[in-house]
Amino acid sequence: MKKILPLLVLALGLLYLGSTLVPPRVPTGTPDYVAFGRLPVLVGGRIKPLDTVARTTLLQLQGRQTVRLADGTPLTPSQWIADLLLSDKKSNDYQVFEILHPDVLALLKLSEESGAGKKRFSYNQLVPGLTELERQSQLAQPIEAQRRTRFQSEIIRLRDNIGLYVRLQASLVPPDLDDPLKALTDFQTTLPAGIDAVRLRQQKLPHDEATANRVMELAGRFDFMAQNAYLLPIPPADTEKDDTAWQRTGAVLLNTFQTGAIEAHALSYAGLAYAWRGQKAGEFNTITRLLRAELDKRYADRLDKVDAETRYKAAAPFYSGMVIFVATLLLAIFSWLKFPDVLARSAYYLLGLGFLLMTVGIATRMWLEGRPPVTNLYSSALFVAWGSVGLCLILEKIHPRGLASAVGGIIGFSGLIIAHHLSLSGDTLEMMRAVLDSNFWLATHVVIITIGYSATYLAGFLAALYILRGVFTSSLDRETGVALERMVYGITCFATLFSLVGTILGGIWADQSWGRFWGWDPKENGALIIVLWNALILHARWGKLTGPRGLMALAVFGNIVTSWSWFGTNLLGVGLHSYGFTDRGFWALIIFAAVQLILIALATLPGLRWRSAAAV
Amino acid sequence: MRELTREFIKFFVSLKLTVALLALSALLVFFATIDQVHLGIWAVQEKWFRSFIVLQDIQGYPLPIFPGGYFIGGLLLINLVATHLKRFALTWKKAGIQLVHGGLILLLLGELFTGLFQEEYQVSLKEGETSNHAVSWRFNELAVADTTAPDRDIVTVIPESLLAHDEAVQVPALPFRIVPRAYYPNAALAQKEQLPAGQLTVPNLANAGLGPRFAVTPMRVTYDPQKKNWPAAFVDVVSAEGLIGTYLVSTMLIESETFTYAGRQWRIGLRPERSYQPYSLTLLKVTHDVYPGSDIPKNFSSRLRINRPDGSEDREVLIYMNNPLRHEGLTYYQYQMDAANANTVLQVVRNPSWLIPYISCLLMTVGLLLQFGQHLVGFIRKRAARPVATTAAAPAA
Repeated sequence: MKKILPLLVLALGLLYLGSTLVPPRVPTGTPDYVAFGRLPVLVGGRIKPLDTVARTTLLQLQGRQTVRLADGTPLTPSQWIADLLLSDKKSNDYQVFEILHPDVLALLKLSEESGAGKKRFSYNQLVPGLTELERQSQLAQPIEAQRRTRFQSEIIRLRDNIGLYVRLQASLVPPDLDDPLKALTDFQTTLPAGIDAVRLRQQKLPHDEATANRVMELAGRFDFMAQNAYLLPIPPADTEKDDTAWQRTGAVLLNTFQTGAIEAHALSYAGLAYAWRGQKAGEFNTITRLLRAELDKRYADRLDKVDAETRYKAAAPFYSGMVIFVATLLLAIFSWLKFPDVLARSAYYLLGLGFLLMTVGIATRMWLEGRPPVTNLYSSALFVAWGSVGLCLILEKIHPRGLASAVGGIIGFSGLIIAHHLSLSGDTLEMMRAVLDSNFWLATHVVIITIGYSATYLAGFLAALYILRGVFTSSLDRETGVALERMVYGITCFATLFSLVGTILGGIWADQSWGRFWGWDPKENGALIIVLWNALILHARWGKLTGPRGLMALAVFGNIVTSWSWFGTNLLGVGLHSYGFTDRGFWALIIFAAVQLILIALATLPGLRWRSAAAV
Repeated sequence: MRELTREFIKFFVSLKLTVALLALSALLVFFATIDQVHLGIWAVQEKWFRSFIVLQDIQGYPLPIFPGGYFIGGLLLINLVATHLKRFALTWKKAGIQLVHGGLILLLLGELFTGLFQEEYQVSLKEGETSNHAVSWRFNELAVADTTAPDRDIVTVIPESLLAHDEAVQVPALPFRIVPRAYYPNAALAQKEQLPAGQLTVPNLANAGLGPRFAVTPMRVTYDPQKKNWPAAFVDVVSAEGLIGTYLVSTMLIESETFTYAGRQWRIGLRPERSYQPYSLTLLKVTHDVYPGSDIPKNFSSRLRINRPDGSEDREVLIYMNNPLRHEGLTYYQYQMDAANANTVLQVVRNPSWLIPYISCLLMTVGLLLQFGQHLVGFIRKRAARPVATTAAAPAA
């Protein structure tokens, strides 16, 4: 039993992960929206599946990836984007716009009750208030993003979200047409007559007014698409050498005036719209398959990535990771109370599984992006969690007491939660801005400094565990106490090494790209404070200026220092590193810091007041 | 007395002092970061790091609020050096720690030298333009040029800081003295007739050249790194015979004032400090790439030609993000770009101590690896020697 149970837990975990890998299927006889979601488009500098566009857009609009209709039917992201891009405005009734500020609701004359979950509204619900929304956003626009009130930020956010939605909608087929396929084919067959009519009208000669109007009206729609569409779904012609020269549908439709024939991809998308609107599964699936096959000729390797990305997003490894880490934490905590060996070993196995899962997840991201692991704030959260969990595995191997496993579970889970919140701002596989576009420095400075964060957090969380168990339970025996102390000390050494080397490498990068080694930029200062703080802990211990409880208090304060460096400096809104972080994060940071201060206060309680007084 | 000396030494080599100084450094850096919201990065550096005492204006009085960077850094340096001198021993066991601290000493010194000796300039060029000098973003100079000769100007420059004093500037190169009358570190200039109603001005002392036409309004000194200060001054040009004229000089005035004295033509004006090079740079082409289907910048690059009048050098170079040009002690970085107007701004830095951080980085990394590597090896050996439950010998310092 002792040997079997941990293996059983591991098998259960594997089974759970395996279940997330089952590819989603579409019931036979319905259009294959999963295959549609795997079609590639170029947007934001890279080729990605429509499914990813759907997921990131939904996260941005409403903070979650699934859509629930009024009658409770759930829609997958691919289904939603098929409705958005192909149907005749069916999606305008889906409640996907999240509005969190009561004043914005009041401005748009909406009540909480009319929204899904009291906060999500449909495009059609917003339409009556669009003029007012635009007026308010013009008032808020000139104000610097950091100085806007919450109302102003929400107004701007909603305006941008609506803009994104409308731009998306104009991506594949001309909007506001009952049957785009028929409109386009008619346009093609009557094009010479149409052009003649327009030319005659311009020359003020007798002409067919209706034909001229129809042509002009369609040209207007094409032009709108060419100017505004969010996606670039039309691959470059075979004669074009530049692989990235994808085009907007509107642009190639406007080209029809020169070529006389509608571009094949544009026509295929109109065909898809026709089939989707009539739910004609056979035609829809055939067109999708042909489109894919055609793209496969030139973009085979890119389509492999597109498919992998779709599977990766559907499997949501980091969501399963949260589940695994919570289970690890619970098993580890129970191991302190009962069946220490069996449960601690089970927790250890699960932690290992979680680590493996994150490794695969991060490696997939690296392969998709062709970049080192940390490229933005989102991936830094993943990597911090990964690094801490990895260190916990080593610690648990050395001291198999369920201590490091518990901390690994907490940090893994928290890191993934933070990453989830950071993913709400858009595509997490975004392109790197010019100055960051250096794989060498991303792979060295950024990775090393992020491991420094991991280690500093780990020391802090281990110390927090020491304090909590020591003050509130009598379970902290002498041996456990000593083990924790050694772990905290060892990890602090590790943290010093990485944060120091990482910081200096950052200085060298700065010297390479801005001409100064050190500029006292907030982010640089934040990293420096981590180094100083870790050095302080080590010197305090070497000089025997602090006992175990003091060491723990210092290590817990390291959590505040690291969070400040990681996120706090972005809040200042100055300096070269001040990229995206919102005021939602601000309060989370304040609360986190307050909790750490309470822990430090607890640590300073006299030893006799600790329930595990004997150990300290 | 000996007792006192021993106490003194004990104080400077104590780990308590180290810990206290580390805590103070962390606080100093934190406060300085917060202060950046109000002050620009330059002002913060002067106020917090390149000072012995941090002075804060509280209701008009500069009050000391914190020990400054030089103070804390200096004590840390003494503490480090003293400790190592006292405990120095050439053993393998201590080699790691010594390397780390040696690297740290070097790093602190390097930063001190950088603070003292680094010079920063910019070169702004349009496509096709050529320049043989860089201009400072923060410092200005009063340039007095003898333009009599048709083929060359003889320029004498006086740093802006001297204008802030009331003392006359007399140099052998000039047949007259320059006497600053009034100096404003930042001032707006407007044509007198176009002055907005109600805007206050200072008395215009100028009596020659174009100066009398302007109204001068002193402005608050800006610390915003994106904004510039526009200093202005009224200066008397005084010869042995008497006053030649009182001129208004300002970096806002593009044209310098001109006058004639002793049969020679002169020009006087305030301009950003210049650093001349024995070679010239010609901007051939600017490129601003964005990722397809987005407006995310992918790269900025400037193609330039370096040319020496004596013909010893004539080649093309490409400067782009993360790839500066290092040339004769100067480093040129891609700084800003306005691709629409084919304009590029290069940052030019002269930092004689630029190599120091690289060396200290190497020393510290090797030191840390040695130190913690020894711990790890010792730890693994001990673990191997003992049963699992009671192991985990902590690496001792």
